Amino acid sequence: MASSSVASRPIASLLVKAGPAIISVGLLLLAWELYASYSGIKPTILPAPSRVFEQAMLNREALVDNAIPTIRATLLGFACSLSAAFALSMLVDFFQPLRRALFPVFIVSQTLPLVAIAPLVVLWFGFGLAPKIMLVALVTFFPMLVALVEGYEATEAEVGQMLRAMGAGRWRIFVLARLPSALPYFFAGLRISITYAVVGAIFAEYAGAAKGLGIYMLNAKNNFRPDLVLAAVGVSAALTLVLFGLTVLLQRLAMPWERAGKETAGKRPWR
Amino acid sequence: MSRLELRHVRKAFGGLDVLADISLSVGAGEFVSILGPSGAGKSTLFQLLTGAEHGEGEMLFDGARLDDHGRHFAFMPQRDALMPWRRILDNATLGLEVQGIRRKAARARVAPLFAEFGLAGFERHFPAQLSGGMRQRAALLRTVVQERDMLLLDEPFGALDALTRTAMQRWLEQMWRHHRWTALLITHDVREAVFLSDRIYVLSARPARIVREIEVPLPRPRSLGGDAARQASALEAEILDIILNPNPSKGHDHD
Repeated sequence: MASSSVASRPIASLLVKAGPAIISVGLLLLAWELYASYSGIKPTILPAPSRVFEQAMLNREALVDNAIPTIRATLLGFACSLSAAFALSMLVDFFQPLRRALFPVFIVSQTLPLVAIAPLVVLWFGFGLAPKIMLVALVTFFPMLVALVEGYEATEAEVGQMLRAMGAGRWRIFVLARLPSALPYFFAGLRISITYAVVGAIFAEYAGAAKGLGIYMLNAKNNFRPDLVLAAVGVSAALTLVLFGLTVLLQRLAMPWERAGKETAGKRPWR
Repeated sequence: MSRLELRHVRKAFGGLDVLADISLSVGAGEFVSILGPSGAGKSTLFQLLTGAEHGEGEMLFDGARLDDHGRHFAFMPQRDALMPWRRILDNATLGLEVQGIRRKAARARVAPLFAEFGLAGFERHFPAQLSGGMRQRAALLRTVVQERDMLLLDEPFGALDALTRTAMQRWLEQMWRHHRWTALLITHDVREAVFLSDRIYVLSARPARIVREIEVPLPRPRSLGGDAARQASALEAEILDIILNPNPSKGHDHD
């Protein structure tokens, strides 16, 4: 096995793929930097990116210190919503009437404005971790549930018929066919809701917390330090990107057949 | 002696008659085809046999009423129905695993057959890495290793391109000569039915009834040239005529 070529090729292709993104973000930052330096705008209104970066470095300990509770709330809340969504998706799959009974409730839960609900949850459950977990779970639960339920439904009817003919019961069919059929849907849902999760956690902290990126942003804003607000935004964006990347990585590991199929496309024998 | 026997089987879906009156039999080691136009309810017949649906009439296997459906039939659906997440080897063992055979034992039983099915060396591949013909062979392998009494093949080559389909028909005929499976094939391909079958039941359009039962007297191996080929062509023409002109006595089809 030529392991070096296998390792270097993805990096090269990653650079090719990331190139346009790097250029566009770079140009944006450059334009912003030039505007901030030459328009005479005050740094307390719009700080230049260089200043944001400089202040982020100077305040890195505080930023890390405040990022940790946010990460914790995000991951714990997401884990809760994932387990709940999985359990409920199975229930819904086995007892279809439940779908009609429960989905309207969940759809309404998605229409609650976070601005209104976050302070209330903090009011009811305090400044601790619990309200953050609840809010993260609230915003991520429904997308995950829908992804799973629709994923089960995407199972090929013929596969089900074949398994029944083989003598498989409902549970066997679920484990052998419906669950794996849902994997692409599951990961699509995961990618969407992991980005909601970080926003949900920050919103919850914004409404009241001892520590966290949300409350850090609020305090920085109140102290007329937009540079530190933006530094915290940068940290949360980085955090979201890392989590997003992890889900992509996880999908590759969990679904090796996807890449295998793409790589051999066009190289197959004709019959 | 006939293994499978259907007597006056009928099935309606919500007032729509799909199967009007189906009586047929399949003998041990016999290859029988059900030939009919699309939407005639051919697949519904298999749903009755595999127990996915219930109809009226009598269905007998070895003279006993068909109850425990999974026991007698190995079913091969229209598309290959291979699971994309399972390697070919694990797709092939699926039926055995459902029967409760341990994965290791199931693999040991399936592995020696890969060469015969033209899949040697592809055990660890995913279905997406195989061509259409190979996928169908893998699906047939998955079907026959279940060692049921009878194969139910539902338009197994319908999704393939014409060349691959012809190649697969030849291959299947050759495989059948070696194994002599008792098989019931559903198809709308007249040539396929004539090439593969000992007997053909021709279905009418919906509601389906059997309009003709045709013996295929051609020698095996089914050849592609000479007298046999001419005989096959004549038979194909006759069957096509039955299907496309269901009521020749009325004579209104050509005016």
